[in-house]
Amino acid sequence: MANLTSDFIGIKSPNPFWLASAPPTDKKYNVERAFQAGWGGVVWKTLGSEGPPIVNVNGPRYGAVWGADRRLLGLNNIELITDRPLEINLREIKEVKRKWRDRALVISLMVPCDEESWKDILTRIEDTEADGVELNFGCPHGMAERGMGSAVGQVPEYIEMVTRWVKKYSRMPCIVKLTPNVTSILPPAIAAHRGGADAVSLINTIKSITNVDLDNFSPFPMIDGQGSHGGYCGPAVKPIALNMVGEIARHSETRGLPISGIGGVTTWRDAAEFLAMGAGNVQVCTAAMTYGFKIVQEMISGLSQYLDDKGMALSDLVGRAVPNFVEWQDLNLNYVTKARIDQDACIKCGRCFAACEDTSHQAIFMHPGRVFEVNDAECVACNLCVDVCPVEDCITMVELPKGTVDPRTGKVVGDYANWTTHPNNPSARAAE
Amino acid sequence: MTHRQLAPGIVPGRLPAETIACNFADVLAPLDPHEARVAADRCYFCHDAPCITACPTSIDIPLFIRQIATGTPDAAARTIWDQNILGGMCARVCPTETLCEEACVREAAEGKPVEIGRLQRFATDGAMAKGHPYTRAPVTGRKVAVVGAGPAGLACAHRLAMLGHDVVVYDQRPKPGGLNEYGIAAYKATDGFAQAEVDWLLAIGGIDLRLGQALGRDFSLADLRATHDAVFLGIGLPGVNALGIPGEGLAGVHDAVDFIAELRQADLSTLPIGRDVVVIGGGMTAVDAAVQSKLLGAENVTLVYRRGRDRMSASGYEQDHAAQAGVKLVFNAVPLQVLGQGRAEAVEFAYAVDGVPGPETFLLKADQVFKAIGQRLVGVPADVARDGAKLAPQPLPGVWAGGDCTGGGEDLTVTAVAQGRDAAHAIHTALMGA
Repeated sequence: MANLTSDFIGIKSPNPFWLASAPPTDKKYNVERAFQAGWGGVVWKTLGSEGPPIVNVNGPRYGAVWGADRRLLGLNNIELITDRPLEINLREIKEVKRKWRDRALVISLMVPCDEESWKDILTRIEDTEADGVELNFGCPHGMAERGMGSAVGQVPEYIEMVTRWVKKYSRMPCIVKLTPNVTSILPPAIAAHRGGADAVSLINTIKSITNVDLDNFSPFPMIDGQGSHGGYCGPAVKPIALNMVGEIARHSETRGLPISGIGGVTTWRDAAEFLAMGAGNVQVCTAAMTYGFKIVQEMISGLSQYLDDKGMALSDLVGRAVPNFVEWQDLNLNYVTKARIDQDACIKCGRCFAACEDTSHQAIFMHPGRVFEVNDAECVACNLCVDVCPVEDCITMVELPKGTVDPRTGKVVGDYANWTTHPNNPSARAAE
Repeated sequence: MTHRQLAPGIVPGRLPAETIACNFADVLAPLDPHEARVAADRCYFCHDAPCITACPTSIDIPLFIRQIATGTPDAAARTIWDQNILGGMCARVCPTETLCEEACVREAAEGKPVEIGRLQRFATDGAMAKGHPYTRAPVTGRKVAVVGAGPAGLACAHRLAMLGHDVVVYDQRPKPGGLNEYGIAAYKATDGFAQAEVDWLLAIGGIDLRLGQALGRDFSLADLRATHDAVFLGIGLPGVNALGIPGEGLAGVHDAVDFIAELRQADLSTLPIGRDVVVIGGGMTAVDAAVQSKLLGAENVTLVYRRGRDRMSASGYEQDHAAQAGVKLVFNAVPLQVLGQGRAEAVEFAYAVDGVPGPETFLLKADQVFKAIGQRLVGVPADVARDGAKLAPQPLPGVWAGGDCTGGGEDLTVTAVAQGRDAAHAIHTALMGA
């Protein structure tokens, strides 16, 4: 078994799987169950300032998007930060940390955007013995309207300012949690970096309406016939999160800034992908809310086996895919592939044909007997047939060897060449 | 085992009434909404789907399954009924394992097809309860006679009524439905479904049903041609093939179709059955007779077929169903004679090679023998056009035919529906012009 011990900005945990700040980490009872199940760490659900506790709605808090067989693909929530008194949370955090010394315990914070509020909360959590703080600049619902959460995360200057206060008033490692509800994730990440953040974590949830109740004509979750936007999470958001993590990991101004990857991590494979994309660890919420805490055991065994099979250490995996995350203009235009249909594996559903014929390049023949065959002279290698085929590996993309002629273009497959030097590019530079 | 079960001869009540009731309950329970959604999610929505091609009525199966999956099962039922107005019965009795479900790509992929038949039943059962969905086109003033209120006749009558024609349906039996009511194993169409479906179908209006009226007895084909604008014959195969062996006339030797028809109308707890039953034949009728004999409490039921298992017209699924019910299947044996003093006591068989008897023989104890070696066309005028031993699709000018009485396709409910429906369109074109 590979060693999964994780050291993320000095915070140690037996594995890189943390539970994100969210409903599953709201209190001692849940967090202890998570640790018993094997989670490496938790980010305690966001604490607010001292004062009257937060109020939540008393109708549905969650909406969902389902795939086949009601498999939950996306979850949307309108729950706010913790609605329990601050003192109780602080006491329980301390109790849990003392009992579970080997686990990471980070406290998520969200208070009004003034120096005193931050100074005060940081003082209050000082003696919990927690391992670090995570600044919640991400939640897009409820708190944002009060000038907190994503309202801060959408203004890089505020991120930098608050991060500086936190570093000024606390010795704890500081993770800045970013909202994806921005045009580009880079300015907020750069701001966090400038403010002295030890790491960023992303993504928080995405502003969303999961569905509309067609009898009551209200967004869902519906409260007394009305709905507001919530924060979207779960497997559906993973592609958005991976891109944002990768953008930060490769950018010159943020390269090397530790990243805690969040967004739809459901299996060990998702986690491995985040790590390869530059995350130092991952945080999970929706998968645990869907299946319970036990899923971490599959994540642990799966990631261990993968690392063993590859002969890699955990640290070898982190950022491994970042150098290959390039811009479109860097892609090799002389890399030519053609779809190949494995006739033995084909079950003759014809979805590749329908997709190609109706919506792509008319590059699949339908022969008598429902035999489907790719027409290389038309195939642009778009991969749609691969994507819609219900049989894994039945359709694959085969590379044309260098020197052969692409029957579609009539051109010989040549050496690497990209758009920057392409003759059709008005601003192409001559190859040097 | 009770004393009653071991009683010799042909007696009622071999099993307690509640056991018989349980034995004849719905053979395949209906899907509940959750099960239907899970089953529907498995459909790949194939291009030019093989299941549609495999369906004699060409139901757009991927479309109706998608309609179920998206929460509109009534729309799914419309998709089914547009092609097959008896989609409810076909969902129950179609040998889907040799039709749509055999063609399903998930059968190729996993050996486990989408449960098309059960999904069809889910859609049609739900929508049937909400009444009849079709309306008639403006009345054309044309009148068409339909002979036979079986699947072919009903499908033809309904489509003709929909197209605006007035239809008179004649049937010699006291109830409509044909083999849906008098054939088919009872556990496939429980709770009076056949009659309920006919009532629902007739609700379109414009169909005058005349029961107890037999062709050749109460009216002639010439009468109908003289008094109607067109005639459709969906008369099935009323003649039963004989074994042609000594002892066939002994008491206790019956036609399987008569037994099945009687069973469908009977109080099963009082229906007599033999202790040792022998069924001769290899089709669905033979299987239905054998299985139901077993379910009524016969101790030993043997189905004997003259050729090998692979030649049986009953599907592998049906063969397994029979075996599971406790029916013993014997292949490659032909009957030589029925033995007995005044009533059947045993049947003598010879082992055979490809239906040809050899020298070796054996005896099977039998107080009841069911013959199920096929039916044939009888009772039609000599001057009609034929397709082999059956009727041609248009046997006479102004006369169309469909269902088991015609050649082409297998003798299945779903085939009869397709032929009846298509004949209705042919009649419509002939009456109204293209």
